[in-house]
Amino acid sequence: MAVPLPDRNREAEARAAELESRLTEVQTEIGALRRRAEKDRLDFGVQISALEARADQLNEALLNLKTGWQAVALARHPQRPKAQDFIAGLLDDFTELRGDRAFRDDPAIVAGLGWFEDRPVVAVAPRKGKDTRENIAYNFGMPYPEGYRKALRVMKLAEKFGYPVISVVDTPAAYPGDAAEERGQAEAIARNIEEMTRLGVPVVVVITGEGGSGGALAIAVGDVVLMLENAIYTVIPPEGCAAILWRDASRAREAAAALRLGAADLVALGIVDEIIPEPRGGAHLDPAVTTEAVRAALRRHLERLSAVPADDLRRQRYTKYRRMGYYEERV
Amino acid sequence: MLNWLRRPKYESIDRRDVPAGLWTKCPKCRAVVYAKELERNLKVCPKCGFHHRLTAEERLAITLDEGTFEEADAALASGDPLRFDGYREKLSEARVATGNADAIITGTGVIDGFRTAVGALDFPFMGGSMGSVVGEKVARVAERARDARLPLILFSASGGARMQEGALSLMQLAKTSAAVAQLHDARLPFLSVMCDPTTGGVTASFAFLGDVIVAEPGALIGFAGRRVIEQTIRRKLPDNFQTAEFCLEHGLIDAVVPRPEMRPALGRLLRFFGAPRAARPSTPVAPSDAALSGATPSGAGLQPPPPDPVVSEGV
Repeated sequence: MAVPLPDRNREAEARAAELESRLTEVQTEIGALRRRAEKDRLDFGVQISALEARADQLNEALLNLKTGWQAVALARHPQRPKAQDFIAGLLDDFTELRGDRAFRDDPAIVAGLGWFEDRPVVAVAPRKGKDTRENIAYNFGMPYPEGYRKALRVMKLAEKFGYPVISVVDTPAAYPGDAAEERGQAEAIARNIEEMTRLGVPVVVVITGEGGSGGALAIAVGDVVLMLENAIYTVIPPEGCAAILWRDASRAREAAAALRLGAADLVALGIVDEIIPEPRGGAHLDPAVTTEAVRAALRRHLERLSAVPADDLRRQRYTKYRRMGYYEERV
Repeated sequence: MLNWLRRPKYESIDRRDVPAGLWTKCPKCRAVVYAKELERNLKVCPKCGFHHRLTAEERLAITLDEGTFEEADAALASGDPLRFDGYREKLSEARVATGNADAIITGTGVIDGFRTAVGALDFPFMGGSMGSVVGEKVARVAERARDARLPLILFSASGGARMQEGALSLMQLAKTSAAVAQLHDARLPFLSVMCDPTTGGVTASFAFLGDVIVAEPGALIGFAGRRVIEQTIRRKLPDNFQTAEFCLEHGLIDAVVPRPEMRPALGRLLRFFGAPRAARPSTPVAPSDAALSGATPSGAGLQPPPPDPVVSEGV
């Protein structure tokens, strides 16, 4: 069973909020100076450099505080390497398999075969876009039921051939739309979760960005759950939590702190097994280094898990999830 | 999730019009009904058929043969693993208001003479939300059913995962799904009954994993909340969206069963799947019935209670 978390570090939260508002001020000032310089053809180089140095200082101080809200910002950073980038970087000869064989191919999920070093594997991942056009095509990384069903089909294929499954997770949520409901979004998620708890091959999950509630869990039940340092994993987005608790979505920062959605808290709660470090400042600053860190962790776990018989894998996975939770038993 | 703050409409009825709870106004047809008559009618409006929500106790009372329910795991209570502001207060309010320790009651009982493991979510307790206790009790009742070779019936009424336990609540989707998967592996029937409302994380786990899924008329059933969907698609949704009837039409559930017919319907399913008969059926069973059922002979279901499932697996 999980142990309760220690109290939140409210001092750090307050300090981070203050630093962020000062940073915003400095950035606004830099912008204003740049516009004036252009408009009036004046040279504010010295002033701008000074302000930029100040912004760097504030950023550095912020990085040391590690609040939930900061993880939210980094996990959603537009330049953050996408799940499909990790797949491309980690696997050789990746061969995409498409469609759920029932309704359509959901572009919000990529699934397929590939080689992880000398090992054939099956990989699944949601797809986010790098620009608006791509994001619209990929539905902002929010799968429909047919996306989850495609993922399950390919995972069953892995089971048939005894190949391990690598799931790279970065999705804000399962798509909340009427067509998704009509086609059984809840059933699709439930079915995936159930099947993943008893898949007879190793399943290694890496949460690289947003682990958005049931929509993430539908591809995130595994023998090992790894998480990038600045990724998040949450039962509800902080905006939604704030809207319900305080009827004010703008208090998302507070909700992010309350939800304990960062990697360190999730390890403490027994939900995540291991944190993969990111370059200082976030994965987007050095995607190659980040990918190599993921590769090293994957290699270690795949080697270990490949030696475990299928029945033991199933039993151990059952026990792993069976233990999750925290409650009191009054006698 | 998200739906659990939406209070049942009938609670907003101006209480001044309803002296001492003698009369109840139907939120659907606005008919004023004598409360006792409504009770007698299993809280189904005699004028329009609207199914009022039931508490977990009421649900078990109208479904199980009288005096057959044996509660399990009543001592399980939520802690506050995240130290989430206000959670402890909300829990104690809900405990006082409902008299229950958390949002589910589980145990074993008899339905129309058939023994079964059973659980009912309690919507009045924080919207029937699933946190660690609900997840643990669902897992234990499923394991108990597995060990005693009993069927399992779960009545859902829930707004989804309990936000105040964060990702631990999310993990209860995996825990409960894994537990009912054990029943599937053991070839034991799991029947899911969806009551108003069954939404969010409960739908995305055990509720949609039943071998047979039935729902009460008019029940709200869906994954995402109506408002969230409307904001996403920028369109108004039709009134019948995410109702039990809508789910039936879209092939998501097996049947919509009115409340007075639920118990016989479940009894028929239990008989079909070969549920063990109680030693002394509390409702008379015609001999031909017993002969036709092909079920275990009378009394065979009453095995000694299984050992407690592993409960103290501390990490």
